[in-house]
Amino acid sequence: MSNLIAFFASRRGIVSAGIFIGVFAPILQKLGNPANMGICVACMERDIAGALGLHRADVGQYLRPEIMGFVLGSLIAALMFREFKPRTGSAPIIRFFLGFFAMVGALVFLGCPWRALLRLAGGDGNAILGLAGLAFGIWVGVLFLRSGYNLGRSTQAKAAAGWVMPVLMIVLLLFAVFEPQFTQGGPIFKSAKGPGAAHAPLIISLLVGLGVGFLAQRTRFCTMGAIRDVILIRDFHLFSGILALVVVAFATNLILGQFKPGFVNQPIAHNDYAWNFLGMTLSGLAFALAGGCPGRQLILSGEGDGDAAVFVVGMIVGAGFAHNFALASSARGPGAFGPAAVIIGFIFCLLIGFAMRERSKA
Amino acid sequence: MSERIDARGLSCPQPVVLVKKAIERIGKGTIEILVDTVTSRENVSRLARSVGYQVSVEEKEGEFVLKLEKS
Repeated sequence: MSNLIAFFASRRGIVSAGIFIGVFAPILQKLGNPANMGICVACMERDIAGALGLHRADVGQYLRPEIMGFVLGSLIAALMFREFKPRTGSAPIIRFFLGFFAMVGALVFLGCPWRALLRLAGGDGNAILGLAGLAFGIWVGVLFLRSGYNLGRSTQAKAAAGWVMPVLMIVLLLFAVFEPQFTQGGPIFKSAKGPGAAHAPLIISLLVGLGVGFLAQRTRFCTMGAIRDVILIRDFHLFSGILALVVVAFATNLILGQFKPGFVNQPIAHNDYAWNFLGMTLSGLAFALAGGCPGRQLILSGEGDGDAAVFVVGMIVGAGFAHNFALASSARGPGAFGPAAVIIGFIFCLLIGFAMRERSKA
Repeated sequence: MSERIDARGLSCPQPVVLVKKAIERIGKGTIEILVDTVTSRENVSRLARSVGYQVSVEEKEGEFVLKLEKS
């Protein structure tokens, strides 16, 4: 057991997590998931919001089993290695809105950081703008971290606080399997066309999700952390994980015939450079202020972190608003109110960044 | 020089930021830091080792006391 712990904490461990995602995300795409979206935490949470009727964009409705898998895989790893630790109380309402605006930014770009890497590995040049924006947003977040920003301490909680999220995921999984209909023509919704209708077989999606969740819990895989650690402490540990992801996903895409280089007519993407950059800048800043990318927040919620769970719920609610209020982009470009929402998101994040600084006592 | 830091309940990357600042302040010496997650233990240990500190860990009821030393 201690050998395993050491392996997962090592450079080889984090690289193996990147390789796992780099292999299986393109395979999920081959088996039915949308293009360059084998795994995308933001898009998949958006589809879950749609399936529950929190928005009514009929092309984004499906209870993505990958998301349930991430949380439950993390739970399994945390229980196995005795790291399940219910805790909460670190500015949950702020985390909710950081999640909310992180989702708005991600849906203006059209993808979370994982999908940005996968889009790059699939040949979508617009992802370069998104990743540059992500890095810029994280850099701004690091400035706040350096000046004493923090959301305060969490405290240990009763077990129930840690189990809410895993149980919610089990309920969603049951909905995904049995597809109950609660009202006539009502939820659970399931897209008949568009990206929401494109999905790999449920059991395979779930198994890959469980695998990713398990590995990411053990290795602390995090795209935001990868870039943050390079800027903040010149540490390339987590970065080697995302590098492995891109290289392996690129190779897997080549083998599967899924590599299509270019900027125009890329799948589920637009080529408005400015808003690709700025959308992801907002997300990067929100992730940095909240301490993790969307994938990492799911993993943390699986190991009992109630504050990360609130961030996740904020993202899902944010997805509902993004589509109901014409904030989300489409292949044609940003939604009518997307740019305005991104600006409001920046104002929120900057206010929080300044307001939550603590003068160092030590 | 020596410092003591209580980083319990602080989520990533706060414990690392606190240790980094402490290292910048004291240069060499001893830093004792209290953390309550394995992730924080790993991250703080990695940072300390990367700048030449020796790390020893003591576990107490789910919390970890990390002693970082450089002479």
